[in-house]
Amino acid sequence: MDTALPSRLPTCPLSLTINGTPYTLDVHPWTTLLDLLRSDLELTGTKKGCDHGQCGACTVLIDGQRMNACLKLAVTLEGAEITTVEGLGTPDRMHPVQKAFVEHDAFQCGYCTPGQICSAVGLLQEGHARTRDEIRELMSGNLCRCGAYTNIADAIEEVLESQASWREAAE
Amino acid sequence: MKPFTYTRAETVADAVAALAASPQAQFLAGGTNLVDLMKYEVARPDAIIDINPLPLGAIEDLPDGGLRIGALASNSAVAYDERVQLRFPLLSSAILAGASPQLRNAATTGGNLLQRTRCAYFYDPSTPCNKREPGSGCAAIGGLTRMHAILGASDKCIAVHPSDMCVALAALDATVEVVGPDSARDIAFGDFHRLPGDMPHRDNTLEPGELVTGIRLEANHFAGHYTYLKLRDRLSYAFALVSVAAAMEIADGQILDLRVALGGVAHKPWRDPLAEAEFAGAPVEDETFQKVAERLLLEARGHGGNDFKIPLARKAIVRALRQAASGTPQSQTIKAIQ
Repeated sequence: MDTALPSRLPTCPLSLTINGTPYTLDVHPWTTLLDLLRSDLELTGTKKGCDHGQCGACTVLIDGQRMNACLKLAVTLEGAEITTVEGLGTPDRMHPVQKAFVEHDAFQCGYCTPGQICSAVGLLQEGHARTRDEIRELMSGNLCRCGAYTNIADAIEEVLESQASWREAAE
Repeated sequence: MKPFTYTRAETVADAVAALAASPQAQFLAGGTNLVDLMKYEVARPDAIIDINPLPLGAIEDLPDGGLRIGALASNSAVAYDERVQLRFPLLSSAILAGASPQLRNAATTGGNLLQRTRCAYFYDPSTPCNKREPGSGCAAIGGLTRMHAILGASDKCIAVHPSDMCVALAALDATVEVVGPDSARDIAFGDFHRLPGDMPHRDNTLEPGELVTGIRLEANHFAGHYTYLKLRDRLSYAFALVSVAAAMEIADGQILDLRVALGGVAHKPWRDPLAEAEFAGAPVEDETFQKVAERLLLEARGHGGNDFKIPLARKAIVRALRQAASGTPQSQTIKAIQ
């Protein structure tokens, strides 16, 4: 979509940080954060599902808050700090949520997984989920067409419980 | 998406002046609806004025126990604000019944008011739609009407307003603060959204160039007796078929003050304050709740595919009033209806 447009169309300067790396860019104002990440910066961990805010596959953290990257115009994110699934962990040093997803087999095809993981990280930071029912409700913005929901909830529940027991130990 | 120019407004005055200078421009806040509409080319602004830098994100106490919610406060920020949860739990509950956590993090208070209908025909530029293209006709009438209006529709449009938050704001008699090119004014919530009539392309009563800057809520006595009951095709992350925001003040087993607003049934959050007033002094019992439901739906009319909404709304109103009366509001986590 974006790449088909002639480059003489106006661009806007944009400075933002993605996974700890500062970027200074020129973007078309109609480029979404999702297209910027995937097409321009080749950070293809973030997935395009519906492209309309209906599936959650593109979920990233913007200044720590989970949002749908498909509905954010990149140009509006001046100074923002973006975290994508690439910024959470590496195969050798996985984020606790990534580790739990692997341990609980919380995926089948894996396409929704980066969005699920970023969403789960956001959920844990928000601190509004204390029970499995609350996890399920507060993960409802991420669809999984393979239907791995049971294991996804298991994975997040495990991280939530380990965080809680860790907090208790610290108190 | 159609190309457009982009400017960032730093002050409310700048934003309003920028819109006045460019009538085909649109304000952009959270973008959760507008960017989507632009992708479908249902919205085709030639200029976007980014209002996110404006200082309108605060939720402030008012001296009388009320609250002022800035237009840029996110839906999440409002829903989880302790003062909102304590003093206006109906609003918090309604917000948490809508959208998804990701969308609520991005979506703003002002944007929620201004979101467009999710009528599938409005979203599909290959079909006629008086809301999208005035005078072109309405493909919903005689089409698939499952999601459409049963109250207040016209022969030009049977779309519904999709918000949950606004149904609570209607019940709570909120006030909308707006700033225009020449002056600022308040709009009573019931006067903000409009019925389609002959001009379904106008969702609300904002004048050209006006910007929503905030919402005011007055203190009330509903925090003990309220509920937001939303019925939809799946348990979460779906628009309402029917929703009910109910609140009441009770003394000695009688209704002192009754508020019932309906979502998913009309072009605006549906309220009938005159009908509500008829029940002042009525006993707090099922028979009264049945009568309220009958009264509010007196003029309800289906279009075939949505005929089921009339009995559904009737039952939902009764259930919601029961929940409100007994002080057991609907959980937005566990969706079983008590």
